[in-house]
Amino acid sequence: MSRHTLSVLVENTPGVLARVSSLFSRRGFNIDSLAVGPTESPEVSRMTIVVNVEDLPLEQVTKQLNKLVNVIKIVELDPAMAVERELMLVKVRADIETRSHILETVQLFRAKVVDVSSDAVTIEATGSVDKLEALLRVLEPFGVKELVQSGMVAIGRGARSISDRSPRTVDPT
Amino acid sequence: MTEQLTGAQSLIRSLEFAGVDTVFGIPGGAVLPAYDPLMDSAQVRHILVRHEQAAGHAAEGYATATGKVGVCMATSGPGATNLVTPLADAYMDSVPLVAITGQVPSYYIGTDAFQEADIRGITMPITKHSFLVTDPADIPRAVAEAFHIAGTGRPGPVLVDVTKDALQAQTTFNWPEVLDLAGYHPVTKPHSKQVREAAAMIVAARQPVLYVGGGVIKAGAHRELLELAALTGIPVVTTLMARGAFPDSHPQHLGMPGMHGTVAAVAALQKSDLLIALGSRFDDRVTGQIDSFAPYAQIIHADIDPAEIGKLRHADVPIVGDAREVIAELVLAIKAEHEAGHHGDIGGWWKQLEDWLEVYPLGYAPAPDGELSPQYAIERLGAIAGPEAIYTAGVGQHQMWASQFIKYENPRTWLNSGGAGTMGYAIPAAMGAKVGRPDATVWAIDGDGCFQMTNQELATCSVNDIPIKVALINNGTLGMVRQWQTLFYNERYSETDLGSKNIPDFMKLADAYGCEGIRVSSPDDVDSAIEKAMSINDKSVVVEFVVHQDAMVWPMVAAGTSNDDILAARDAAPLWDRED
Repeated sequence: MSRHTLSVLVENTPGVLARVSSLFSRRGFNIDSLAVGPTESPEVSRMTIVVNVEDLPLEQVTKQLNKLVNVIKIVELDPAMAVERELMLVKVRADIETRSHILETVQLFRAKVVDVSSDAVTIEATGSVDKLEALLRVLEPFGVKELVQSGMVAIGRGARSISDRSPRTVDPT
Repeated sequence: MTEQLTGAQSLIRSLEFAGVDTVFGIPGGAVLPAYDPLMDSAQVRHILVRHEQAAGHAAEGYATATGKVGVCMATSGPGATNLVTPLADAYMDSVPLVAITGQVPSYYIGTDAFQEADIRGITMPITKHSFLVTDPADIPRAVAEAFHIAGTGRPGPVLVDVTKDALQAQTTFNWPEVLDLAGYHPVTKPHSKQVREAAAMIVAARQPVLYVGGGVIKAGAHRELLELAALTGIPVVTTLMARGAFPDSHPQHLGMPGMHGTVAAVAALQKSDLLIALGSRFDDRVTGQIDSFAPYAQIIHADIDPAEIGKLRHADVPIVGDAREVIAELVLAIKAEHEAGHHGDIGGWWKQLEDWLEVYPLGYAPAPDGELSPQYAIERLGAIAGPEAIYTAGVGQHQMWASQFIKYENPRTWLNSGGAGTMGYAIPAAMGAKVGRPDATVWAIDGDGCFQMTNQELATCSVNDIPIKVALINNGTLGMVRQWQTLFYNERYSETDLGSKNIPDFMKLADAYGCEGIRVSSPDDVDSAIEKAMSINDKSVVVEFVVHQDAMVWPMVAAGTSNDDILAARDAAPLWDRED
């Protein structure tokens, strides 16, 4: 098995997320992570889907996705040629003694403290999966009270845009 | 000033603009507004069926017999959920269908309102696409897109769910002249490089087979296929969905491959060095255990759906395109190969094939003394009704015998539920086919198990002057399941015996529905009964063939086993490499 990151442009219409997620479940494909949000065009949303499959099933995944009428374009992003980011919010136990150690860690990882109370701090961090995992490993000994993480979003490096292609029209007859 | 009209009027006008002449359906609360202007439409004939499932199958029968998009209509909730089976059926068999459903008013959606069901959500996995329309202004575009999507590319069912408030509100009508579907561009024209590569492989092959699927019929490519076969001399097999795509009388036709295919067709695939798959999808009922399917063959796979290519078997030459365009281009490319002096040599292959054809013809064991064999009845029906008739079938033994023992010469004359295997398909599909092709004789070949699932539509046929003919193969049991119990469950017949061949009394049932009933239990009466049925054209006819229970469908490749293990008959494995 290997991880693949798919950027999927979809029409911004109701039900499109359900179509995509139900396709994955009924065809027996596993999603590691899925993030969806708006793009530079109001009619188009973008999904970043991370799947863990062999190459051959991956071909089926993209072909089946392409069959969905609301799916406009699919691009597999090469991790070496893309910026991949996740967002993590983590609430860590912090008393007078440990707080400074935690703040040091936060600085090392270029993360941010977004909330402080007498016995906990909440940290916001963005980065690659590896970086966030490393941060979490360092924070765990202090006591992780709560953790929430977004799906991965990714974008290709360089000047070319994923939507560099004009949409076509067809005759209704 | 633009004309004001209701959403319901806009819906009916949209159907008219889409060229619809027939809708099968049943009204109900949420869809009621649409039925009012429907009453005034001079173009659209609505046929009131007795169960929504039949509306869906009738639309399928209409679509498959004519090549046009079939239309069915139902109300929200149970009306819509009753369409689920035919939608699944149409999805599996790529039948172009538009289903219009009423939905509860938009402000009630999500409140568990009376007769509310999320039919779009329910049918998402079994439709090519679906729409939920809550704004009446969106109705014409949704309908136009639905027909475009259903009928182009790989055909399939599309659901248009319209809320009651959208049907009732005032709107204006604008039929879209141009459709702009950003994510829908089916490729019909094959890549010329792939076609040339395929042609070179075809003329070099020693043991090639044309593995023809339903896509050839849907693309209207039967003439092109005939030309390709004549040009190359390559043997042809036609799958269950492709019966009629190539004439059964043609000497190059080896018959149907698969679980109940001919020995020659199955053996040809297994021993082939090149399969030319045209609009077929390597279904498990064709391949048997996939790992041992056609082990020596390279694969040329042409299909309009890219997702089918390489799904189950690696394609050495993938060709995405419409079967008709693909075959036409293949013919040109092969002619070019011939002109360059490259001719295939398949003489030795044909010697082998002819041997299999001769030694393992289709056949069946005679019935016990005085009893009627179902295969005989079906074989005679095909001989008497002829290749111009349209035949539909339910699912099970009678379906397999109808595909084996009726000789098909024309496309769109064999309608059945192949992928989904939906019992009860035959009667409503025959009704739909007859509406689409009123000039044709339409025979529904049905088993007594299937018949009891949808026979209420004989009332629809009688009331609406849709005279169909039914060949009811009555063996008093769920025959195919019984066959598996005989072979794989030590003859323990758990819940397959329907209890009696006389309950219901099918002659009384036929009479009750306004049909002519003819009962046959002796082989001597088969011909005269069929001839009598053929002479009755002012009402539907039910010919009940009371047959013996122990007839089995042969040949057979048991589920999950290799095609190499095909049995020509019980305990009779063919000898593959006979030394003469």
